[in-house]
Amino acid sequence: MIPRAATATSAHGSLYAGGIRSWLTTVDHKRIGVLYGISALSYFVVGGVEALIIRLQLASADGTLVGADTFNQLFTMHGTTMVFLVLMPLSAALFNYMIPLMIGARDVAFPRLNAFSFWTFLFGSILLNLSFFAGSPPNAGWFGYANLTSRQYNPGMGIDFWLLSVQIMGVASIASAINFTVTILNMRAPGMSLMRVPLFVWMALVVQVLMLLAFPPITVAFIFLLFDRFFGTHFYIPSAGGTPILWQHLFWIFGHPEVYILILPSFGVVSEVLPTFSRKPLFGAPFMIFSGILIGFLGFGVWSHHMFTTGLGAVADTAFSLATMLIAIPTGVKIFNWIATLWGGHIHFKTPLYFAVGMVGLFIIGGLSGIMHASPPVDIQQHDSYFVVAHLHYVFFGGTVFGLFAGIYYWWPKITGRMIGEGLGKLHFWLMVIGMNLTFFPMHFLGLDGMPRRIYTYAADLGWDRWNLIATVGAFVIAVSVLVFFINAARSLIAGEKATADPWDAATLEWTISSPPPEYNFAEVPQVNSARPYWLYKHGPTRDISRHTKAEGSQPQPENPSQRIDLPSPSGWPILAALGLSLVGGGALVGLWAVLIGVAILVFGVYRWAFQPLERPGHPSFGPASTGRR
Amino acid sequence: MRSLPEIQRQLLDPDRSWRVPLTPTGSACTLPPFLRVFEHWSIRLFRPLDAVSREQSILHKTLLAALLTLIAGCSTVEPPEWRTLHPESDFGHLILNVYGDLFWWTAGIFVVVELLLVYALLRFRSRRTDSEVPEQVHGFTALEIGWTLLPAAILFFIAIPTVRTIFQLQGPPPGGDPLEITVIGHQWWWEFQYPELGIVTANELHVPVGRTANLALSSADVIHSFWVPQLGGKRDLNPGSENRLWFTPTKTGVYHGQCAELCGTSHANMRMRVFVDDSATFAEWTTSMREPATPDSAGAMAFQMSGCAACHAIAGTPAQGKVGPNLTNVGRRTTLAASMIPNTPEKMADWLRAPDSVKPGALMPDLNLDEQRIRDLVQFLEGLR
Repeated sequence: MIPRAATATSAHGSLYAGGIRSWLTTVDHKRIGVLYGISALSYFVVGGVEALIIRLQLASADGTLVGADTFNQLFTMHGTTMVFLVLMPLSAALFNYMIPLMIGARDVAFPRLNAFSFWTFLFGSILLNLSFFAGSPPNAGWFGYANLTSRQYNPGMGIDFWLLSVQIMGVASIASAINFTVTILNMRAPGMSLMRVPLFVWMALVVQVLMLLAFPPITVAFIFLLFDRFFGTHFYIPSAGGTPILWQHLFWIFGHPEVYILILPSFGVVSEVLPTFSRKPLFGAPFMIFSGILIGFLGFGVWSHHMFTTGLGAVADTAFSLATMLIAIPTGVKIFNWIATLWGGHIHFKTPLYFAVGMVGLFIIGGLSGIMHASPPVDIQQHDSYFVVAHLHYVFFGGTVFGLFAGIYYWWPKITGRMIGEGLGKLHFWLMVIGMNLTFFPMHFLGLDGMPRRIYTYAADLGWDRWNLIATVGAFVIAVSVLVFFINAARSLIAGEKATADPWDAATLEWTISSPPPEYNFAEVPQVNSARPYWLYKHGPTRDISRHTKAEGSQPQPENPSQRIDLPSPSGWPILAALGLSLVGGGALVGLWAVLIGVAILVFGVYRWAFQPLERPGHPSFGPASTGRR
Repeated sequence: MRSLPEIQRQLLDPDRSWRVPLTPTGSACTLPPFLRVFEHWSIRLFRPLDAVSREQSILHKTLLAALLTLIAGCSTVEPPEWRTLHPESDFGHLILNVYGDLFWWTAGIFVVVELLLVYALLRFRSRRTDSEVPEQVHGFTALEIGWTLLPAAILFFIAIPTVRTIFQLQGPPPGGDPLEITVIGHQWWWEFQYPELGIVTANELHVPVGRTANLALSSADVIHSFWVPQLGGKRDLNPGSENRLWFTPTKTGVYHGQCAELCGTSHANMRMRVFVDDSATFAEWTTSMREPATPDSAGAMAFQMSGCAACHAIAGTPAQGKVGPNLTNVGRRTTLAASMIPNTPEKMADWLRAPDSVKPGALMPDLNLDEQRIRDLVQFLEGLR
């Protein structure tokens, strides 16, 4: 019934082969995507364990599992880890792996910069977690409000670890944002106009632009903080004429777009998964694209809704409140269009669809409580209470995590070349839905009952222990669900059924190539005449009432290239430059000499990198002219 | 177990409060407004009881009992008060009005959208008899414009009460002659000054019922946030600038409050109690604070000698330290260490013996007092009333 691509299973089993050296020097976007994915999932476990300790501490009144300082460190690391070490890199994993495949490109625009981004992220994340071994993890919250982060009130090294590592990871984000912006704009296959770009890639593009514009303000904020802490300036020190509220503005000008940086990739995944499994095109794709752009644009004008209790005055509160409410409009459009995509389809209930639908259903709850917070009178009761904790977890867990798991299950066969278990996948889904709602829904009640965030203990007579206990039970159900996922993943990798090129009968270009793809992705440059090029090839234009009825689809890729393909050669210089950059940051905690060594390594690495030709003798090449060599 | 019709009558009674007695012991169950939706739904679900068979009726009873027990968390445990939803001030009621509007709008949207989603999933699941490919609908512009305008229209109805209330809440305090109070946040305790009355106290705020309290909020160190859920919303205490917050308490009682902005190690222990007093009680309290009984001079000497006076002030004694909480009439307070522990001689002795082990990170130093000195100090301090 479902046409299969001519290339069934890949003959190129060599994609992931090779020793550790080949991974350290790789510039292949697919391998870098896998590296991002493994790192992010590992940190998901780390951040999850931190969350479980937090939940155990709060399970009953007057908990004594951890002390006050440890608790403050745990929620700071949990937040920072989940935002910068899990959700962003997990999105980056899917971006890296899928974007070139979905736009018909052989790699990203700057493959070595891509490697540099990954290693810089990894070293930055390691630096952050080294703070545990140095005995002083950061303790001022992931938002690190000044002046609690000043030397006077925070003399330890925790804040230094935090600001330097997030700063380093910011470099990685900006570099990768430039890379993917150029890739998406310049490297699309012939015929793929912007309106034919898949929704996932569109949302990725919006995310790259958000990162480009949002990271500079936080970089400035961190530089001010760095100067305050290391060189005695007073940007945030009120006793010396500085203003701590400046930090709040700079942080949230970054922080709110960051919310969309975290959620839009998931919107993109859902916009791919729902059409595939309802066997229909995405309903109102142009509306979806423009609403995504609008969400990103409005995201820069709403930062002060995080500051309704700061005391900015009624006029500012009104302006930011109304701007925030406007975001509900494009978000509502997305939800309705997703439901309309399902409407009238033939819905196939596979695991990716479960997670995509779960994302829609749960994100609605987070979106609606977000509308409550958009109203300052309501927000000043809910701000910094557990109501907000519930809200943000419905957005980031219900929204982002479910969306990204939809993506993982959807593209798993493409990435690994193996199918992943449906039974365990659905068990994972149901456990996660139950656990997630048990954990986070009661937090609404706690917030309404007056329980503030970030407290390590509460008195028994406040009546908060019942819902807290339920939340703790839910957290462990989530933990079990994640365990089920890892078991499922391991089973698939060891003994999973081999995946065909196109197991879901999907519409986009990545399914025209083998699973896993050959190193060069596309043997022939695909020609694209539709937003659903592969669907058009398989099912023809007859039943398609779109405007593309006369177009031809994109064929499945031939097994071997007819012409020689040269790929960029592996390079060790990006990882060396990344190491140097991280030493520049991390060295600040040791001494000037360490910084200078970092500078030397960075300069040397970038110098050698700059003068290394992109392709040199021994670089991977494929096709007729090179068959003898490989 | 009460009979089902009885429960139904209670649930349907328009005048009922949200406390629904369910258990024979008569302990109350509070249904949070979030769950009012479920409550109405369950009533509708179980209304046609007469029409169903006996087995079903038993099943329904069990289900309803389970549902209500589950969602209301009914047990012999004293129910939570849902503090932000039971405000006892004008400020809190202004907020609750907007919350009520928003709750119903969002609850309505939630139900409609989730039902649409579930309906689409059930109705359009693939069947064996399906043709290979469903009709390929790419969009429907009129519909899409419709559901762009619909949220915009709803937002209009949310925005109006929101904006009106923003200006009410941030406007000048209502009525004449508010009671001016200066609140200063410290790591990790609250300083309350009554400039007109010449009173300085800590951690236990006294305000008269029915008179607007007009708070000037600032901080001595890092950012804190003043929050007494039943008296209204929170407002930050920023170092180096001043914020305003007013509320008119409408019911006497003791209200729990707490710092809501992470402010360091013992953020969780920066608690307070607000006593909303009737006018006679408040007058008695102000008099006692302005004219405290003369403390016994031996105790005052011990206070001075132990180093306590370097940080603490006690009206009517030489102790005039400004760093720590003012201890005038400390014996009258119900709690110690920012509402962490009850004010008993034993707890106060624990506190003097090792402040840091009572309250992590406490800035009050351990003065290595011997037990005799601790007994003297406790007797002296508890006598300040």
